[in-house]
Amino acid sequence: MMNTITDQKHIMLRLEKKQVESHGFATLFFNYALPFKPGQFIMVWIPGIDEKPYTISFHSENQFAITIEAKGIFSQKAITLEKGDLIGIRGPFGNGFNIKSDKTAAVVAGGCGMAPLATLVEKLPKTTTFIHGAKSKEYILYPERFDLERLFCTDDGSFGHKGFVTDILEKQIALGRHFDMVYTCGPEIMMYHVFNICEKHHIPCQVSLERYMRCGFGVCGACVCGKQVVCKDGPVFGSDALRDIKDFNTKALLKSGKDVDLSQYFSWRCK
Amino acid sequence: MTIQFLGKILQSPTVLASGILGNSKDILERVHENGCGLVTMKSIGPEPRDGHKNPTVIDLGHGMINAVGLPSPGYLNMENEWKQLEKRNFPLIASVYGGSVREYQMVAEFVSSKKPDFIEINISCPNSEKHGMIFGVNPQSSHDVVAAVKKVINVPLIVKLTPQAPDIGEIAKACENAGADAICAINTVGPGMVIDIEAKMPVLAFKKGGLSGPMVKPVAVRCVFDIYKAVKIPIIGLGGITTGEDAIEIVMAGASLAGIGSAVRYRGIDVFQKVTKEMETWLSDHHLHIEDIKGAAHKEK
Repeated sequence: MMNTITDQKHIMLRLEKKQVESHGFATLFFNYALPFKPGQFIMVWIPGIDEKPYTISFHSENQFAITIEAKGIFSQKAITLEKGDLIGIRGPFGNGFNIKSDKTAAVVAGGCGMAPLATLVEKLPKTTTFIHGAKSKEYILYPERFDLERLFCTDDGSFGHKGFVTDILEKQIALGRHFDMVYTCGPEIMMYHVFNICEKHHIPCQVSLERYMRCGFGVCGACVCGKQVVCKDGPVFGSDALRDIKDFNTKALLKSGKDVDLSQYFSWRCK
Repeated sequence: MTIQFLGKILQSPTVLASGILGNSKDILERVHENGCGLVTMKSIGPEPRDGHKNPTVIDLGHGMINAVGLPSPGYLNMENEWKQLEKRNFPLIASVYGGSVREYQMVAEFVSSKKPDFIEINISCPNSEKHGMIFGVNPQSSHDVVAAVKKVINVPLIVKLTPQAPDIGEIAKACENAGADAICAINTVGPGMVIDIEAKMPVLAFKKGGLSGPMVKPVAVRCVFDIYKAVKIPIIGLGGITTGEDAIEIVMAGASLAGIGSAVRYRGIDVFQKVTKEMETWLSDHHLHIEDIKGAAHKEK
């Protein structure tokens, strides 16, 4: 029997294909017709291990994939999965990007923030300004994937411009490039700077936030950020919402619910 | 529809259930702005606790199963939140749990000094190894924990009960005798279990979890009915309340206020104003006031 409801108890799927990506990343493909909009996410359950939110990084009519960076217990287990191994998914959850494909846009990706932007980039026109940064060359995700020009940068200069995505964005604006919309995902501090550049130049911006999640559908409160519930109202927030989220780039909740500075939150999350 | 409850004026007869959203002042304020009469913080425990690993909350369509596992920063680690909450413009219930009478007392005494409008003691959570539910299934232990907490706090005390008690009316009576100012019922039902047949294992990491949402509403209505028969103190009735008609039903069973939890999933964060509006419509269609229907299902009372 074909499941039509996907956001309740898990849909169990077998891994179809694993693709090793750049440093520490792997992409897991599943044959399943998942309804999905770029920017949404699914909860991924490895039975006996844990369940975590992941964005969809590849999507076609009958297949989707998630891209995982091996960091913690869950993700290290996930990248060792082999063809035929069982995982559970529920979702997609969240709002996704509000795609304005008739407008001139910039996409700004940092590190693993490339994954949620990948399916968005594929829906935007070829004239989109696409800025992609990472720590160093081996961390650039999907270096060969897209058929539009990409402006690369790395912290150490090992690939593309040496410096930050925000340098490139500022420079493009200074060169007279006009943007109707900027979409961004990456480290929160990077997105905060991107947002501020957009504010300065009166460009609407859409930012994809990350917080620790449990339910995925807006009841448990684990992922609240200011007055917003990231899993349900987000994870993508536009400029109007961002101006009012006082926890943006300042605070987040730990698993216990304790509110801490973002640096403390990320040192826990990235363990 | 404003309503009086233990001396406070509430903007509506709806209550945000503990464990739903209540993680920060900002989000509680948003729930209030969405029409909720009385909001409840997530349960506060004696020490820092992460809760269980995921999966912790699963929607089953006809309701949910959860074992979040009482995460809490611990009562001594919430200074930021209390500072924020001091400036609130909405009535607040602080929910408290413990593993012993002494722990309940310690946490409640401290929380009382932060001046919430009410303290609720959760003596009914099924999702932790040692916290809560053991008190709520026995009249004597319920009495002991309520009496001990009542002695050390200076705000009204609400006691949250479990439907697993063999005679919930008797438990409620024991709480009333020990000085409880109100009863809140019910906590989640069960615990239950959902097994994934492909993975051949329980879906929740904690294996067992409490049931909520529409599938438990008849249990909630029966419990509130039994409690209303047993006590004089007001009741916050909850368990699967999703529509205004559900709220009317639990009020007819004897509740003064209707709690809402899982329905935030099914109808959005503005479920509080939706339910209130639907109650108003039903009441005006029947030319009734909420006070006219409280306990209406008890003909003999």
